[in-house]
Amino acid sequence: MSTDVTPVPDAGRFDYAVRTPRLPAPPDPALDGAPIDRAARMRMYRLQQELRQFEKRAYDLFMQNLVKGTSHLSLGMEAISAGFATAMQPDDYVFATYRGHAHTLAKGVAMTGVMAELLGRENGILGGKGGSMHLTSAKHNMMGSYAIIGAHMCIANGTAWSAQMRGTDQVTVCFFGDGTTNIGAFHEALNMAAIWKLPVVFVCENNLYMEYTPIDYITAVPHPAADRACAYGLEKIVVDGNDADAVYLVARDAIRRARSGGGPSLVEATTYRHGGHSRADPGKYRPAAELEAWLGRDPIPMYHQRLLRIGVSEAELAQIDRDVAAAVEHATEEAKAGAPPSGDVLMTDVYADGGAAWRN
Amino acid sequence: MAELTYRDAVAAGIAQEMRRDSRLVMLGEDIAAAGGVFKTTVGLLEEFGPDRICDTPISEQAILGAAMGAAMTGIPVIAEIMFSDFLAVCFDLVANEMAKVRYMTDGQVNVPVVVRTANGGGSRFGAQHSQSVENWTMMIPGLKVVAPSTPADVIGLMAAAIRDPDPVIFFEHKSLFASKGDVPDGEHVDELGSAVVRREGADVTLAALALMVPRALEAAERLAGDGISAEVIDVRSLVPLDTRCILTSVAKTGRLYTVEENPRLCGWGAEVASIVADEAFWDLDGPIHRITTPHIPLPSAEALEDMAIPSVERIYDTVKTTLG
Repeated sequence: MSTDVTPVPDAGRFDYAVRTPRLPAPPDPALDGAPIDRAARMRMYRLQQELRQFEKRAYDLFMQNLVKGTSHLSLGMEAISAGFATAMQPDDYVFATYRGHAHTLAKGVAMTGVMAELLGRENGILGGKGGSMHLTSAKHNMMGSYAIIGAHMCIANGTAWSAQMRGTDQVTVCFFGDGTTNIGAFHEALNMAAIWKLPVVFVCENNLYMEYTPIDYITAVPHPAADRACAYGLEKIVVDGNDADAVYLVARDAIRRARSGGGPSLVEATTYRHGGHSRADPGKYRPAAELEAWLGRDPIPMYHQRLLRIGVSEAELAQIDRDVAAAVEHATEEAKAGAPPSGDVLMTDVYADGGAAWRN
Repeated sequence: MAELTYRDAVAAGIAQEMRRDSRLVMLGEDIAAAGGVFKTTVGLLEEFGPDRICDTPISEQAILGAAMGAAMTGIPVIAEIMFSDFLAVCFDLVANEMAKVRYMTDGQVNVPVVVRTANGGGSRFGAQHSQSVENWTMMIPGLKVVAPSTPADVIGLMAAAIRDPDPVIFFEHKSLFASKGDVPDGEHVDELGSAVVRREGADVTLAALALMVPRALEAAERLAGDGISAEVIDVRSLVPLDTRCILTSVAKTGRLYTVEENPRLCGWGAEVASIVADEAFWDLDGPIHRITTPHIPLPSAEALEDMAIPSVERIYDTVKTTLG
């Protein structure tokens, strides 16, 4: 299948009304028969449901003004998290950007702690000190969500380097957005990963918009990540990021390559966010026809249909949906029950002695 | 006791710790085969091999990122940033990433990284290779900041920085590389956050850092000739800051002069002056004076650079004229 972006006339740069829609490519029907076992597919279905229902709930909580600050949702982009998480081992490392709720949950971090962190409660996974944009769970090897794009790709090299030095077979998977491909750290990280043959997979979630500006308006090549791969001696890999099976197959290959000493990969997964860039953004710069077309390529109903075609029962899927809904409800209640953080923690953990003392 | 140059003490301090801890690694530009552009890492590749002494591209963000990521998994790392001026091109890693990650994650991770970097003027390199930028890092919660002035301190504070679980910015002064001093035999480990009284005195306190320490000592010697007894404190560590040492000295002398190479605004001495004004006001017999580089980029020509950076003459004159 082609995932090339439709060329766009210049007038749309300045006038949303004449902006040409960037339309999705159709799904690949051959993926129904992809060599993926049933358990992996059921896991990906459940994960996508968890991420979708969690993010919808997070959105509702913003609307109720229970989540303060900002937040960046992965609604519409769940297939990428689900596909990669299913291809990873539990001790592999993950890095994410500020759009990191989905990757954190997919790594196995419990919903309650993540939801409580969004709400700024003491039972949040960061005790209320990090918030939506910095979700981290070191015990899950979820090594952090970084809100200044690019640097985290350099840091991801560090955990990959560590695995290489320690002689483990752990792989690091680092997610980032299309906008990250134009910052210097992206290029520094890829070059170092390539020359040191680091066991790292860089995954560009290309949702077609930097923040408010189409990525193709401000990038010299059509595929912001994949077209740069050749500069670092890497293969050009573009995958349908709205199809969990397509993502899974590419992820499995790239992770296997990294685990076996074959060095880094750069994967570009084409996708689309259902909402705006952040809480503050209604996304009005996107043509109606484009949004409609991409909503029609929603990864979850499509996956649901595929599972029915390969013989999974509607009842089994409906049960998963209900279980996930109950889990999100339960997590929301538990999170809301948490108290705001006490002032006792304001001055803790700046330094490794547990405190914040900078003088005697 | 053996005599070493400050330059050789850098490699000696690193080697001491690399022999002790087989996990410790170092990365940076031209540090391995070339032995460092200041020849501070000569011999380390030969002793510890290319898996532990790693040459990198000119990619300061990639250097500090790799250091931080490895450190987050428990591996202690020394990262060299060739000139401290270049901290500006990787300041995101310094100021936003390694400094904050412990607090932001509620203490989930430590970052045992030492960022070694050549700091300061006197080399006629001009404004982009000569700055004293210790105040850039001092102001950031989560970092520790060290600037030794003697070969023994290079080894002892290097060891302390490497063994410290927090990120430490370690400023080596370019104009001190050729200086010599005695270093203790055997393993030498000092303590972060401790200042040292280099010369005892009764009339004035001169608090100095790095290259300013030998200059303050020379000025003190000249002042002694005029009957003025100057106590010289080598501050050594800006974070943690040994305020007790400074406050104790001011309680004795009643007069404080900070001797700072950094440009004036927000130099480390401003914080010291503020603390002393707050906490030792009634000990003071006169105003606190800051002797600093003016608030300018450093010029290149020898004559101009020497005018800009506090000299022995300027320290001496300032004390003489202000003491009344």
